[in-house]
Amino acid sequence: MAKRIDVSGLNAYYGSFLAIEDISMTVEPRSVTAFIGPSGCGKSTFLRTLNRMHEVTPGGRVEGKVMLDDENLYGAGIDPVSVRREVGMVFQRPNPFPTMSVYDNVAAGLKLNGKYKKSQLDDIVEKSLKGANLWNEVKDRLNKPGSGLSGGQQQRLCIARAIAVEPNVLLMDEPCSALDPISTLAIEDLIGELKERFTIVIVTHNMQQAARVSDRTAFFNLAAVGQPGKLIEIDDTERIFSNPSVQATEDYISGRFG
Amino acid sequence: MDISTNTTAPPLPAQPPAAEQKRAARATTRPGDRIFLGLSRGSGIFLLVVMAAIAVFLTYRAAVAISKDEANFFTTFEWNPTGSPPMFGIAVLAFGTIVSSIIAMAIAVPVSVGIALFITHYAPRKLGGVVAYVIDLLAAVPSIVYGLWGILVLVPKLDGLYGWLDDYFGWTGILSWQGGAPRSLFTVGILLAIMILPIITNVSREVFRQVPQMHEEAALALGATRWEVIRMSVLPFGRSGIISASMLGLGRALGETMAVAMVLSPLFDIQVSLLDYGGGTFAQNIASKFNEANPLGRDALIASGLVLFVITLLVNGAARMIIARRKEYSGANA
Repeated sequence: MAKRIDVSGLNAYYGSFLAIEDISMTVEPRSVTAFIGPSGCGKSTFLRTLNRMHEVTPGGRVEGKVMLDDENLYGAGIDPVSVRREVGMVFQRPNPFPTMSVYDNVAAGLKLNGKYKKSQLDDIVEKSLKGANLWNEVKDRLNKPGSGLSGGQQQRLCIARAIAVEPNVLLMDEPCSALDPISTLAIEDLIGELKERFTIVIVTHNMQQAARVSDRTAFFNLAAVGQPGKLIEIDDTERIFSNPSVQATEDYISGRFG
Repeated sequence: MDISTNTTAPPLPAQPPAAEQKRAARATTRPGDRIFLGLSRGSGIFLLVVMAAIAVFLTYRAAVAISKDEANFFTTFEWNPTGSPPMFGIAVLAFGTIVSSIIAMAIAVPVSVGIALFITHYAPRKLGGVVAYVIDLLAAVPSIVYGLWGILVLVPKLDGLYGWLDDYFGWTGILSWQGGAPRSLFTVGILLAIMILPIITNVSREVFRQVPQMHEEAALALGATRWEVIRMSVLPFGRSGIISASMLGLGRALGETMAVAMVLSPLFDIQVSLLDYGGGTFAQNIASKFNEANPLGRDALIASGLVLFVITLLVNGAARMIIARRKEYSGANA
């Protein structure tokens, strides 16, 4: 199921403002790629171009190519809705549907995609919650509102919701930044398990986290405020954190910047 | 009736200073705090006193009237407080008020929610602004103007619709038409719907605008279409807001006076068909009979006003119960 992402010459705009410029990279299937970089460098914007969520923002516009295996996500006649069914996303703040139960939250994406029998739904919901390491904590309260869970549980519920539809790629936009260290650890463990099945891209401000969970790390930076963000380099995580090839990367990682 | 306990409220203003002195011993109260506390507390008490005064006034005069009523106040189809013996009942008025309001809600709520969704989620920003402005204008039109428009423009144009309804739905009995002037409860309902549309639209619009971006993005990221986003995120989040908005609209529909009095052809009877002229509402009946009424007649009208007051209270209470029942799913704890 996991697919390769191949981005070439990608620009993203907010209105006439060029937010990220000329980004090209490849993300291998069944791997974790982390995006790091200072705030405002466009890493979240870039992440949102990978499932066509960027254009939801008023004025949002994208140029360039994003290949998912052989399919250009920005090709003519590609429906953004079907792209988002193939590329799942987990957000910075846990956002389970507040009016739905735990069960309905997990089943929400499935109900959009087609008709399932109740028994099929039950199976997929259980499998997804187990996949998100949440099943044991919520199996007795599947019919309680999802918003009643703790923050870390809510985030794992969102992950369960995203993987329930078996996407090819899973995008995570700072998934732990609103969580305490223990919940963060739970999510990080989970990422390690999920990469067996999905291509994972994660934006993080926490460099230890990038070092812990990712196989590859991409460093983004911008020359100055008002300038577009750029991809400085992407390499094996180990190499980025020990011996990066660009000075700016080393400065950022070691805290010598600005 | 526990409202009447509030009649003991007047001595209250003497108490706050004492209570405040105690508090002053614990924390320094700055003048700004004291003034604002006094103002807000005074406003709250003022409201309770006014409500209590209205309730007492209505209850007292109504009791006088009902004690002289020789017929059953709730079931009599007649309004003759000047006769001997005086006989009057509110059955016709309650029927007319409730039925015309239900028709108005049935038309106005879906349309208003649709307009509010259009403004917030479908229309380009500029067009949405224009539509919202026009809706605001609609809210500023006085009800007498709606009444004039209703009787001079709307009523003459309804023959066609009435004929069509009679042809296709006449068999139901409630939508048959004998061919009289279309000055019926149904027409009143249509007019009321137009009148309450702006308030329901405006409140719903504000609620839809407050749906957190992250809930909408949650649905979008799962591959929801725009309608599915609305169904999964916007409508559930806005549910209690839509109910509150509808209750505000219903409150206006129940109490609307002039427009109803101008459009409805008064006939103190309950028509089986909604399309046949006749019927009445509480407010319309009070407005049209109050000037010529003798003292007992006035008390009788006040008694009918009390019933309207109670109906409005019940409706509001029911709405609150509906909202509270699903509180844990409301999104307020997200």
